Order: sequence, then C-alpha cells, then structure tokens
Amino acid sequence: MTITITGMSKSFDATQVLRGIDLKVEDGELLALLGPSGSGKTTLLRIIAGLDWPDAGQLVVAGQDWLALPAQKRRIGFVFQQYALFPHMNVRDNIAFGLTVRPRAERPSQAEIDATVDNLLTLLQIDHLAQRFPSQLSGGQRQRVALGRALAIQPSVLLLDEPFGALDAAIRRDLRRWLREVHEKTGSTTIFVTHDQEEAFELADRVVVMGDGEISQIGTADEIYDHPASAFVAQFMGAVIALPVTLRGGRAMAPGLDASALPACTEADGPGTLYLRPDSIMLDPDPASPWAVTRRDSTGTDLRLVLTDPQGAQIDVDLPRRGAPTIALGDRLRLRPLWGAMFSEGAPLAADPIQLSA
Amino acid sequence: MRPQSRLAPRILIGLAVIATLLMIVVPLVYIFAAAFAQGWRVYAQNILDPLTLHAIWLTVLVALIVVPVNIAFGVAAAWAIARFRFPGRSLLMTAIEIPFSISPIIAGICYLLLYGRQGYLGPWLEAHDIQILFALPGIVLVTLFVTSPFVAREVLPLMQAQGSEQEQAAVTLGASGWQIFRRVTLPNIRWALLYGAVLCTARAVGEFGGVSVVSGSIRGQTNTLPLHVELLFNDLNITGAFAAASTLTLIAVVTLLLKSVLEGRAR
Repeated sequence: MTITITGMSKSFDATQVLRGIDLKVEDGELLALLGPSGSGKTTLLRIIAGLDWPDAGQLVVAGQDWLALPAQKRRIGFVFQQYALFPHMNVRDNIAFGLTVRPRAERPSQAEIDATVDNLLTLLQIDHLAQRFPSQLSGGQRQRVALGRALAIQPSVLLLDEPFGALDAAIRRDLRRWLREVHEKTGSTTIFVTHDQEEAFELADRVVVMGDGEISQIGTADEIYDHPASAFVAQFMGAVIALPVTLRGGRAMAPGLDASALPACTEADGPGTLYLRPDSIMLDPDPASPWAVTRRDSTGTDLRLVLTDPQGAQIDVDLPRRGAPTIALGDRLRLRPLWGAMFSEGAPLAADPIQLSA
Repeated sequence: MRPQSRLAPRILIGLAVIATLLMIVVPLVYIFAAAFAQGWRVYAQNILDPLTLHAIWLTVLVALIVVPVNIAFGVAAAWAIARFRFPGRSLLMTAIEIPFSISPIIAGICYLLLYGRQGYLGPWLEAHDIQILFALPGIVLVTLFVTSPFVAREVLPLMQAQGSEQEQAAVTLGASGWQIFRRVTLPNIRWALLYGAVLCTARAVGEFGGVSVVSGSIRGQTNTLPLHVELLFNDLNITGAFAAASTLTLIAVVTLLLKSVLEGRAR
C-alpha cells in the first residue's frame, strides 16, 4: 500500500513534535524513520497506526483517507517497543488474537485460524514455544511473538517501534537479518522507527532522518552517508568532531589537516566546519602540526587517542591497534580524514551534540 | 555475629507474639468459647432465632447489593483515572479517598440530614412515598459510601503500572472497546479486583457506625448482624450476642483466608 503524508503537524501542549512532514512510502517498501529521541519519529508512526491524531495534515493510504478511519479499521500490524504481549494468553492465543476478535461474519473458522497460526509459528521459527506464556520467553522470542501477532491479521502496513531497542547486540544482529527475510516473504509495506543508524542502514531500503519534528534527509544508506544534507545529519552519522576550517574551492584547510582524501564540496568559500568521525581519521607524523597526543588508551582491538592543540581544543581519534603506526604521548600528528562533511558558516547546525547511544 | 546481638531480635519477636496473642488470638478464641459456653444446643437455638436469622439475611443482602455496585464503580473509576487525562481527575482521586478519612458515623449523620424528615430531600421523598432512612435503601447507601474506595484503590495502582500499551495493541488488532475490556483489561486486573472485592465484602458485612445511625435498628426489619450483636448484648443475652458474633467472626476469618490466597495469586 502506498502511504502519502502531506503537511502533517502535531503538538503536545506547548511542544511541537511534528512540523509539516511530507513523505511518500512506496508499496512494499521497507522504510526506516531514524532520529534521536524527541525527533517526532514515534509520533509519526503512531499517527499512521491511528493511536494518535495530527493537528494538521493528511494521511492517505492506497487512495483512502486514513484520518477518517479508526485504528481498528486500518488493519495495521503494530509492534510495540516493549512488545505489549498479553501476559495471560499463551503464544498461540496471542498470535491468534487479531483473528478471534473479528465480528462473527468476518471471522475465519477455528481450523483456518489454527492453520494461520501454525504457518506463522513456522515462519517465525517459534513452533516449540506455542504453549508458553510471555513471561517464560526471552526478549528475542517475545519480539518474534509480537511480530507474529501483528502479521496474523495480514496487515496492509506493518509498523515497528524501536523493534530491537530492548535486545542485546548479538540478538539484534540475528533478528535484523531475519526481519529482512520476513519482509521479503510477506512483501507488506513496512515502516520501523529506530535511533540506531547502523540498524536503519542495514535493514531499510530507504532511510528518513528526522530531527526536531522535521525530515532532515531521505535517501539510501550510501546517499545519506556520502552526502549528509546538514550538519545535524552528519553529526547523527557519528561525525561528532566539529573542526573549524577555512573553505576554499570546496576544500577544507586548517593547520595540521590533510583533507586531500575528501571529495570537494559545493559550499561557499570562507570559514566553515568540518565534521569527522573518530574512526575515520588517519594520522601521519608531522612535527609542524599543532595536534599533540595527550592521551593514549588501548581497548585491545582499538587505540583511543586524544589530540590537543595549543588552544586546548581536543579531538578523539580511534584507530585499529594492529597496523597502527607506533604512537606515543606527546607525538605531533597530522589529521588525514577518510570521510567527512563540510558546511560553511551559517549552514544549519544542530543545537546540541547528538547522543547516539540510548 | 556477636552473641548479644541475637538477644534483641528474640525479645522483640517475643513481644510481638505476646501482643498478638493478647489483642487478637485470645479475644477470637473467647468469642467461640463464650458462644458455646452453654453447649451446642443453646448455640443452635440462638443462631436459629428468627431475629438473628433475619439479621444474617439482611447483612448478606446488603453485601450482595453493595459489592457488585462497588466493583462496577471501582473498575470504571480506576480505568478513567489510569487511562485518561480530564478536568477534575485529581478531584476524583481525592473523592475516592474521602470515605477512608471520614468516620462512618459522620456519613450516617449526613444521610440523616439529607434524607431525614427535616432534611433537604425529606419532604419530597415523603410526598412521593419513598422510604430511604430506617429501611434497606439507607443501609445500602451508607455501606456503599463506606466501602467505595476498596475496589478502586486495589485496581488503580495496577492499571497505572501496566500502562495502556496492551490495550493499544488490541486496538490495532481490530478489537472493539468491549472486547478489549473483557479479553485484555479484565484478565490483567482480575486478582486485584477479587482482592478488592473481598476487602469490600468484609467491610460491608462488619459496618456498624454509619448503619446504626440510618437503620434505626428495628428488630426483624432493619437490624443488621453487627447491630443485632449490640442489641443482644444490651439485653444481657450474653450467649446470644456471642453466638451472633461468632457468625460475623466466621465470615471475617473466611474473608481473611481468601484474601491471603488471592494476595499470593496476585504476585
């Protein structure tokens, strides 16, 4: 189902959480809404689900005005961050719930319901858990049951709120791949909300980066990573180092900086800022550089360095420890970033540094 | 652990046991001892006295009316407070607590002033031949007032802690309001609800102060079991008073057992 959102705004009391969102989601697409907490992404998802209503704007799905439709009639599958499974029902009854509450005329027969649930249990690889209760399941298993319950009603649209937010890293990775496979099998239009850029990029066909109630950028993983549309997006991609530079002819210049590996940008000449990720900076010995190593920690796999210039500005650099040049405290080093985003003065900046970890 | 530090807990536990024995166990045992002091036959005679039987029936009838009404009110109020933000919400929360802090006899007097012959509604009620005071409606009203917080107070914290996500999930799955209540909300609160209902029953059966003001204690008509115990006692029918009291005690003990079973289930 194609979802078209136009001019959507929403306020909670005095706080405006959505400021004129325009977005089109293609049929069968797997789309990520990516942003820090408070960016409005969950509110947008809840509006599509019919759990919240906007103050202004339109929501049209497959040509139908969904704002005139109560949530019950939209046939959406919604997976909550904390799963919201029914604790007094076993896995089988949880998954069957959406079918058993249908009006008698539309309700499938018990045999059909059983068959649907059996298929889903197999698809979700949880056959052996059918008789368990939610309290007897691990986080990853609950996640699968929640998805099964949402898929049972053959939803026109599948919506997931931070689907892997409550799981640990190893399970996340497995479930991501598995969700991708489930999406390919069911083919339903799917939107998920996340604050984890890696998750968004790995899983989604397209990523919508949101900040402060607005869409900052829409694109594929590569597009957004290579050409962040604003300093906010760059920072959200992990470019937490903001280096003051002078821009000339699309190139960044600063003492102790070798920006030759960066492609030229189209920003205006003059003072600007270069945003860098701590893990994409190479270091070359250079006695003339203002940057000196003032801290050197090893995590075993990585070296964590802090470089300080004579004015006291500090930047973090992470290098893989193996193959790294021998670096000692006090060494003077030149920065050679492999990736970065440049913006001239006056380009929109995010007010606060972004916290990537939740 | 040093040896002398064991003494203090033992003394404290001993004191607690002695206090419990003196204040709770001995009086309880004494009720039954006194009730059976003149043997089974006299006990049975006292219980089977028509006036005592009527008092038991009236008390049960009041509980049968009051408890379901309070379950409905308690669940509705808890749902409204837990799930919605509306003007007067905190006022409602306070109002539910009021019966806990007001002496039941004050409730009785308020009803007396409101519905009595000289009260605000008295003349109108009299003109329409509606009898509230010194009749069943008055007893039910006062008991309702006194017991109204029990169910709401038990259910509300649970509903607030559980949040509304399960209900929202049910909405997205297409469930109607009634289906959500019956299949999602109610099963989640069932033990707390039963627990509140048990407490409410115990209070409804034992209520004395408020009821004594509005019932008039007419024997065989408006005399509930607690009032009946007092009347028998004032008549110097000690065995009769204790026999009637033993039935009340029995109801209380059963309630207590139910309560501890339900508490276990609720966790």
